[in-house]
Amino acid sequence: MTTPTVPTTLAPPPRFSHRSLPEYVGILLVLGLVISSLMATAPALDKLSRGIARLFAPSGMLMQMFPPDFTRIVPIGWKLLETLQMAVAGCFLGLILAVPFAILATDRLSPHPILRQIARAVIALFRTVPDLVWAIIFIIIVGLGPAAGVMAIMVDKIGFAGRFFAEAMEETDVGPQDALRAIGASRMGMIVSAVFPACLPSFTATSLFALEKSVRGSAALGLVGAGGIGVDLKVAFDLFNYDEALAIILLMLALVIAVEQGSGWIRKKLI
Amino acid sequence: MNAHLAPKASQAGSTQVGPVLVVDGLIKDFDGRVVLDGLQFTLAPGQSTALIGANGSGKSTLLKCLIRLIEPSAGEIHMLGRDVCALSPRDLRAFRAQVGIVWQRHNLVPRLSVLSNVIHGVQARMSGPRAWFQALAPAAVRSEAMACLDRVGLADRASARVDSLSGGQQQRVAIARMLMQRPAFILADEPDASLDPQTGEEVMALLLSLVRENGLSLLMISHRLEHTLEFSDRILGLAQGRIALDLPTAQADAAGLRRFFDHQEPA
Repeated sequence: MTTPTVPTTLAPPPRFSHRSLPEYVGILLVLGLVISSLMATAPALDKLSRGIARLFAPSGMLMQMFPPDFTRIVPIGWKLLETLQMAVAGCFLGLILAVPFAILATDRLSPHPILRQIARAVIALFRTVPDLVWAIIFIIIVGLGPAAGVMAIMVDKIGFAGRFFAEAMEETDVGPQDALRAIGASRMGMIVSAVFPACLPSFTATSLFALEKSVRGSAALGLVGAGGIGVDLKVAFDLFNYDEALAIILLMLALVIAVEQGSGWIRKKLI
Repeated sequence: MNAHLAPKASQAGSTQVGPVLVVDGLIKDFDGRVVLDGLQFTLAPGQSTALIGANGSGKSTLLKCLIRLIEPSAGEIHMLGRDVCALSPRDLRAFRAQVGIVWQRHNLVPRLSVLSNVIHGVQARMSGPRAWFQALAPAAVRSEAMACLDRVGLADRASARVDSLSGGQQQRVAIARMLMQRPAFILADEPDASLDPQTGEEVMALLLSLVRENGLSLLMISHRLEHTLEFSDRILGLAQGRIALDLPTAQADAAGLRRFFDHQEPA
């Protein structure tokens, strides 16, 4: 079938639709915000170029990083394992605790509107405060070391997974839930029998993303003393051992990539 | 046949004397829009009753009001000897356990096995993890679920994922889940709506056999004239929120009924 090519007398519509005055004002305000933010905070080009030149100078940090120093690979390996363990433990606890928070935060499953609002506020608080801040708080509570890191990751994951678990439960087909409610099933029975199986793919995907996020986050938690490889990285930088710092960064990168590849493989298999 | 699937003397139409359902002055309005306008009827036990009417005539609303999935605005409902409108939340749960519902959509949990879905029916009388999944269920419950599956002809598909079955098979699983409740009364909301004609007929025949062989009472919304005439003992026609037709199926006139199915409100 050929496209009709007969010329028409009808004019095409205007390229841009007419906008009202408030819309123009809104656009100008957004533009003003972006430009003023760039001017106030973005680095000056000359300063940036001088910094990059220093980085590549013979005595600069980048040059001193090569070749990476793997002589302490055994203790660094143990610290990496501790980092992974922190991530797994914190993530596991966070995901388990995220489930009741998520149930309480949903419109359909929460037993009371007040409980729903409280659960949503707690999830929002846990999600909003950065994990480094949680780590500092838990260092004050349980002292320096991996326990503080695990607690920080746990709270961060309750916020992260709580929100996504709740969204997944809101989006499930309500038919099976109604069917069980209609026969007099308990709320818990309805949730476990009808809601959880329907949410399984979404829960799995969220949990694997949470694990990836935990591994990345746990490496940084050591910077404030909450255990893991981050402590060694900070010490290496503080002592100007940039070659060892690069070795640590490369091993962290390998760990993160391995976890991401593994979780990607599991995601493909399960979902 | 499993013991509970056999007709119960207390439920069988031939032995129970009083009506199984009494609806008196039932009104339901949604923000002033009256959907059910003072409905009044009774149903005898052990009968299959077809509820017909045009779209929006209030058929589904009536079914949901009967077990208070939708709260009635006014009126009285007595079902299985219980004053439904006066039931406390706890008693309402116990009452609902006696009423099996077959939905237009089967409303099964898609990722679970056929057996797990049937076992969910036991939650009408049993709570806790043993009623959640087939792997956790006691042997007696598993065996009863298999008997229910056998009743609908799907015992050989017990371990299949329910979403791998055809629409007709899924509706049969939903009926098996309903049987697992051991209901005394069945409400069916267009159980044949999403099925091809032959499968729809098989499902309707299965429901009627539960009435004839197990002595259950059935109130079903029907949108197919031929099924209404073949699978019911009595026909109730709903129009403008009122009972506009009430007669034994044997006396029904196909031409007269057609007005309800063609979505023309009878004069």
